[in-house]
Amino acid sequence: MRWLVEPGFFTNPVVGTALVLGAVVAVVSAAVGVVVVVRGQSFAGHALTDVAMAGGAGASLLGASPLLGFLLAGVVGGGSIEAAGAERVRDRDVATGVVLGAAAGLTALFLYFVSSSTSATGSTQSVLFGSVFTVSPSVVPLGVAVAAATLVALLVVRRPLLLSSLSPELAAARGVRPRAMGLVFVLVLAASVALSALVIGAILSTALLVGPASAALRVSRGLVGATLGAIAAGVAAVELGILASYDSFYWSAAHRSVPVSACVVAVVLVEVATSAAWARWGRGRG
Amino acid sequence: MGCEPLPPGRRELVHVHQVEVSLGGRTVLRDVDFRVAEGEFVGLIGTNGSGKTTLLRAILGLQATTAGEVVVDGREGRRGGPVGYVPQRVTFDHDVPVRVADFVALGVDGTRFGLARRGRGVRQRVDEVLDSLELGDLAGRRIGALSGGEQQRVLMAHALASRPRLLLLDEPLANLDLPRVHDTVAVLDRVRRAEGVAVLLSAHEIGPLVPVMDRVVYIAHGAVACGTTEEVVRPEVLSALYGHHVDVLNVHGRVVVVEGEPGDPGAHPEVVVR
Repeated sequence: MRWLVEPGFFTNPVVGTALVLGAVVAVVSAAVGVVVVVRGQSFAGHALTDVAMAGGAGASLLGASPLLGFLLAGVVGGGSIEAAGAERVRDRDVATGVVLGAAAGLTALFLYFVSSSTSATGSTQSVLFGSVFTVSPSVVPLGVAVAAATLVALLVVRRPLLLSSLSPELAAARGVRPRAMGLVFVLVLAASVALSALVIGAILSTALLVGPASAALRVSRGLVGATLGAIAAGVAAVELGILASYDSFYWSAAHRSVPVSACVVAVVLVEVATSAAWARWGRGRG
Repeated sequence: MGCEPLPPGRRELVHVHQVEVSLGGRTVLRDVDFRVAEGEFVGLIGTNGSGKTTLLRAILGLQATTAGEVVVDGREGRRGGPVGYVPQRVTFDHDVPVRVADFVALGVDGTRFGLARRGRGVRQRVDEVLDSLELGDLAGRRIGALSGGEQQRVLMAHALASRPRLLLLDEPLANLDLPRVHDTVAVLDRVRRAEGVAVLLSAHEIGPLVPVMDRVVYIAHGAVACGTTEEVVRPEVLSALYGHHVDVLNVHGRVVVVEGEPGDPGAHPEVVVR
C-alpha cells in the first residue's frame, strides 16, 4: 500500500473533505454531461464556465462564498443566453460567444481588483483552476444540497428533456415545450458547472463535464448504461486525481505537489483516450 | 368539393374548417376544408411547396392559422392531442446514444415528468409496436446506427406507441425505392386496421396509395380538392385545382396523370406514372 498511497491520506481531514465533495461533484457533472453531449451543448457548457468564473471572481472580491458566485453568475448568464431565444444555430453560437467574451472580461477586471486590493494572491489560482484542498469544510453542506437538488431536477425532467433534445419538433407536437426544457436544462447545467468550478476550477470544469460522459457514451449503447458509466468514470477521475496530487508531494525531493485539477484532468484525458481506442479497435458499438 | 359526407357509419375525427395560413405575408393555405373519419386512410397529394407540411403542422397545432379552425377529436387543434406525427426530416446523428426500444418508449412516456421508473406496461407496448412494424430485430440497436429507411420506420413506431387516434405522416414514401414504398404502405394499412387509427399521409404521388386509400385530398397552390379517387382524379377536377390542363390516363389499370400546358414545346411536362 505504501507505494500507492502516501502516509496520512486517509486520516487527513482536508483530504477527507476533498474526497467527499469531489465524489459528489463528479456524480452531478457526469450525469449532466451525458445530456450535454446528447444535446451537442459542449460549447454552451464551456461558455457557462466562463460566466461562472466571472461570478467566482466577483464573489472573492466581495468576500462571499465562491460557490454562490459561480452559481449566481451561471444561472443569470445561462438563463439570459437561453431566454434570448436564438432559434438558429448561428445566432445561438454568436450569442454564446458574446456572453463568453464579456464574462472573461469581467473575470479579468474582478481578479485585477482582488489582487491589487488584497494580499489574497491565491484567488486567481483558485477561481480559474480551483483547488479542492482549499475548500472550506463549511461549504460541503451547501455543495451537497446543490448537487442533490440538481440531480433531482434532472431526474424529474429527464424524459421530456430527452425527447426535446432528440427532436424539438416531435416534442412540440406532443405538447412538450422545447424552449422551456432548454431553459430548465441550462439552469441544471449552471449548477453543475458551479459545483465543478469549485473542485477543479472554472476553466477546467468543462473537462469533468464532458470528458467522462463522452468516454462512457462511446462504449455503451443505452443512456442508462452511459450515465452510470460516466458517473463511475467521473468519480474515478476525481478520486484518483486527488490521490495523485496528494502523493505527488512525496515524489520529488523539493516536495512540490502537482495541483489537484491538473491530476483530475489528466485522468479524464486517459479515460477519453482509452474509450476512443476501445470504440475504434475494440468491440465497438452496436 | 366532394369532401362531404364522411364515409357512412364513420365518426368524424378531424375537421379542417376553412383554414387559411399565411407565412411571411404569403398565403400558403386558403380556405382549406375537409374532414377525416375515424380509422380512415387519407392521402394528401401535392407537389413540393404545395402546402402539405404546413397543413399537417396546422393540424398538429404547430402552425398557427390566420383564419378558420382545426378540430381534432372534438377539441380545437392544439398540441398534445391524440395524434402521432412522423415528420419528413428527422435524422439522428450516427452517435446518438439512444436505443431503438428506448426511443419508441419515449413515444409513450416522453411527456411524463417525475421520478417514477418506466413501467412494464410501457415496455410491453414498445415490444408490441416494434413487432407490428417488423422492427423487433432492431430493438437493441442505436437509432443513429440505422439506415434512413429504418429510422423512418422507427419514427412510425414512436408515433404509434402512445395509441393515437390519428397518425400524420409527412412524405414517408419519399426517398424509398419502389418495393420499400409498397411494403411501407402495406404495413401502414395493416397497422391502422389493427389499431383503429386514422392515417393522413402526404405524398407527391397518388399511385402507391390507391389500393389502400379511403379518400384523397389533392392540394395545389394552397387549395384542396377531396373525395374518393374516382371523384378527384379526373381531368376537369385536377385541371381546375392546378389552374392548367391536366390529363388523366388509365394505362393497364394504373392511373397516369400528365401535367403541363399542352402545345408548349418548351415545357417539360411533369409526367407522373402512378
